[in-house]
Amino acid sequence: MENTNLNNQVVNLTKEDFVCDQIVKWCPGCGDHAILKVLQDVFPQLGRRKEDICVVSGIGCSSRFPHYMNTYGFHSIHGRACAIATGVKLANPNLSVWVVSGDGDCTAIGGNHFIHAVRRNMDMNLLLFNNRIYGMTKGQFSPCTFRGTVTKTSPQGTYEDPFNVGELVIGAGGKFFARGVDVNTKELTDICLRAKNHDGMSVIEVLQNCMIFSNGVHENITGKDVRDDMQVKCEHGKPLIFGKERNKGLRLNGTTLEVVTIGENGITEKDILVHDEKEENTGIHMMLAHMMPPAFPVAIGVIRNVDAPTYDDCLTDVIERESAKSNIKTVDDLLNSGTTWDIK
Amino acid sequence: MANRSKVVELEHVVIRFAGDSGDGMQLTGNLFSDSTALAGNDFATFPDYPGEIRPPQGTVSGVSGFQVHFGHKPVHTTGDLCDVLVAMNPASIKANMRWLKPGTTIIFDVDSMNDKALEKAGYTADPTQDDTLSQYKVVKAPITSMTLEALKDFGWDRKAMLKSKNMFALGIVMYLFNRDITMLNGYFNTKFKNKPEIIKANQTVVAAGYSYADTMEIFANTYRIEPANLAKGKYRDITGNVATAWGLMAAAERSGRQIFCGSYPITPATDILAELVKYKNLKVKAFQAEDEIAGICSSLGASFAGCLAVTTTSGPGLSLKSEALGLAVMTELPLVVVDVQRGGPSTGLPTKSEQSDLMQAIYGRNGDAPLIVLAARSSADCFYSAYEAAKLAMEHMTPVILLTEGALGNGSEILRIPRVADLPAIVPPIAKANDPDYQPYKRDEETLARQWALPGTEGLRHRISGLEKANGSGNLSLDPKNHQLMTELREEKVQRVANYIPEQEIVGDPNADLLVVSWGGTYGVVLSVVEKMLEEGKSVAHAHFRHIMPLPKNTAKVLSGHKKILVCENNNGQFVNYLREKMPDFKYEQYNKIQGLPFLTAELENKFNDLLK
Repeated sequence: MENTNLNNQVVNLTKEDFVCDQIVKWCPGCGDHAILKVLQDVFPQLGRRKEDICVVSGIGCSSRFPHYMNTYGFHSIHGRACAIATGVKLANPNLSVWVVSGDGDCTAIGGNHFIHAVRRNMDMNLLLFNNRIYGMTKGQFSPCTFRGTVTKTSPQGTYEDPFNVGELVIGAGGKFFARGVDVNTKELTDICLRAKNHDGMSVIEVLQNCMIFSNGVHENITGKDVRDDMQVKCEHGKPLIFGKERNKGLRLNGTTLEVVTIGENGITEKDILVHDEKEENTGIHMMLAHMMPPAFPVAIGVIRNVDAPTYDDCLTDVIERESAKSNIKTVDDLLNSGTTWDIK
Repeated sequence: MANRSKVVELEHVVIRFAGDSGDGMQLTGNLFSDSTALAGNDFATFPDYPGEIRPPQGTVSGVSGFQVHFGHKPVHTTGDLCDVLVAMNPASIKANMRWLKPGTTIIFDVDSMNDKALEKAGYTADPTQDDTLSQYKVVKAPITSMTLEALKDFGWDRKAMLKSKNMFALGIVMYLFNRDITMLNGYFNTKFKNKPEIIKANQTVVAAGYSYADTMEIFANTYRIEPANLAKGKYRDITGNVATAWGLMAAAERSGRQIFCGSYPITPATDILAELVKYKNLKVKAFQAEDEIAGICSSLGASFAGCLAVTTTSGPGLSLKSEALGLAVMTELPLVVVDVQRGGPSTGLPTKSEQSDLMQAIYGRNGDAPLIVLAARSSADCFYSAYEAAKLAMEHMTPVILLTEGALGNGSEILRIPRVADLPAIVPPIAKANDPDYQPYKRDEETLARQWALPGTEGLRHRISGLEKANGSGNLSLDPKNHQLMTELREEKVQRVANYIPEQEIVGDPNADLLVVSWGGTYGVVLSVVEKMLEEGKSVAHAHFRHIMPLPKNTAKVLSGHKKILVCENNNGQFVNYLREKMPDFKYEQYNKIQGLPFLTAELENKFNDLLK
């Protein structure tokens, strides 16, 4: 039996409650294994009954996810996870809806559904596994593949620029965007719990490694030697300081960000930009999302977390308001409303 | 007001109101149908809007029409050739020449005639002066000037006064059909509530039109259509698209499921979505999606979560929904897809009606992906067809495509108002919480439907997928024999629906020499012709199919015993080819009209008589 606390939150679930009997079929060493463990850790902490959680996915390696989570799950078709999840959420707003997708699924074939789910602020949590490649179809470039990358379908290297997922989300009016790394499970767990607490659409980009087709694509960010210098942790209210020596920081210079070193050229901690995830204006969040090596570290953590009405709440409110004030309570009432006449 | 002309009784009449887009012809037509209802006639209406939103004034492409077919006998169609045409300008005559027949009365606003208007309409000479209209009875009425005269004491400017000229025309028509003009007062009082001056102006102009027709003796005689012999009850006028929306809502209420409609605007289906979004008061969840695919996918998600899920579209949209329809087949979830057909392929003829999505509905998916296909036969029947589509989808756990047509969706008919409690019960196979025997793909022995286990229910957590699953457990399965079994089960499940639908009916002698077969919106016109020929003693019968996939169990019996079978449809032969495949023991003749126009009674009658020779 599930126990609940005073807030009616389910409290005594464990990871084992969410482990499925299906054999996990991802390649050994795939970043997906780590993310699966994260969600199996996160779900017991949602405070929800197992039955009130629904995992929805599209197609691709990441989209196998629902089969490995012992909740309600819908593994759908390529690119449509956001659209399916929208229906699930609107049909039953009480459900905690988690969407799992990849860079191909979400930013190529499903790009339209993705940006519109973000724009509407549907109350769902989306994990976008970004390995910058199509894995399941065996190694074609995706909209997130860097220019010049040689893949099965770009033997001379790609000649198009990739999407930056954070910019896409914020540009689409997104209210919550965070970025994490597959193997940094503690950090990713915290991000997922932050997403859960956000009312509205939360998008988490997970920098995920595909051992087979894009191995090491995030190495310049996540490698042991470079990660401290190439990742800046975004924590609300704290200065954006990073580096092995914790002496580098981001400073707003005019309208752009720059990397500065504390203690050089008279720079002190006071000059460093303090992260404000609640800022409505997208400017700095957009710049943080945009940052890429080698000139900049990559922003990790919750970059944007702004409150706004959710679509599902708005729909529920309108339905409650309209049904309270209307004299038409049934379809019979409706059929008999307006101009009618009797034949005797 | 008394009517002094000689009165002639008629069985039924088709009248078409035509004018420039701004002339208020839709309102005039609606008012006339309201008085038709009060007169106790059966009737059906059809609006004929221009394709463009703001077409050039005075041109043929700017003509807006509204047709009313009413009668003493049952009215099965919105009518084809008209008995009366009200034409507010020369372009209205030009645009409607196709719908005239020898003897048609044309009530024409002679004040609209000038060189510019003729030129805009594409006439090189005045058609009322040469022999263009010699076959018709043209009544040249000074509608504009008489309207201005009638309103001269209102102190309005000319533009405001001219807005009422449609009421003058209506007054003339009310006289022609011996209607009491006070019948219109109810409508005026509702429509222009709190605007007493407008009500008075409308009443004044209608009365002026009526008096003009009377005192000037413009008609040799007037007409009376006796009340129709309709079943007792309460009636209303309803368009097919509204009837579709309400039928689905009735099914949701009767089944205890909330309705969810994810849709994307597309002509001529948009009005269903636009209707459903009005009823938040009845807890209807309607969602305007970002595209057709999101429309069906959000609906399928809602179906998974326990709603009566619906998506509405027209041909091109159905193409876009194909992949998700396959997912609905694979996940065995209930879903109603309404396709209000228009002329195709591609963008085709968006504002014209056709029946050419039948093959797409039956077969248009990858893999062996069977589903139920139904077709509504008239505007009011959309209510019952939509209700049945929802019932079959939920009780048999399968997607259903309901085919309607642009002409049905936009046209209207009278509906005898049913009580929702009198409609057939709908009992979806919802799985019980903590059922120890629950398995996602365990099937009902009779229907082969799996159970509907709703997220949120304790003890029923499960995963579904577009991947093939093991029968019973629902686990992913690549087992070759299981795939064959599941393919056969999905087909068999749909075929067994034949056990839950009525047998195919036949009108006329079951062994008639000629059996006419139709489906969808051709019902009314085919039936009208068959009824007429039966009265003449011809050996003809009519079988109209509502259930297309699966066909009714007695279909072979219905098709047996005739010298000839003729399949009539507004496409290039889709149902006839389906019958050739499913019922290969019979020889079929076909009659196809693919002009974006309905069959005319005369052309069907000729065809039927030819085959009887």
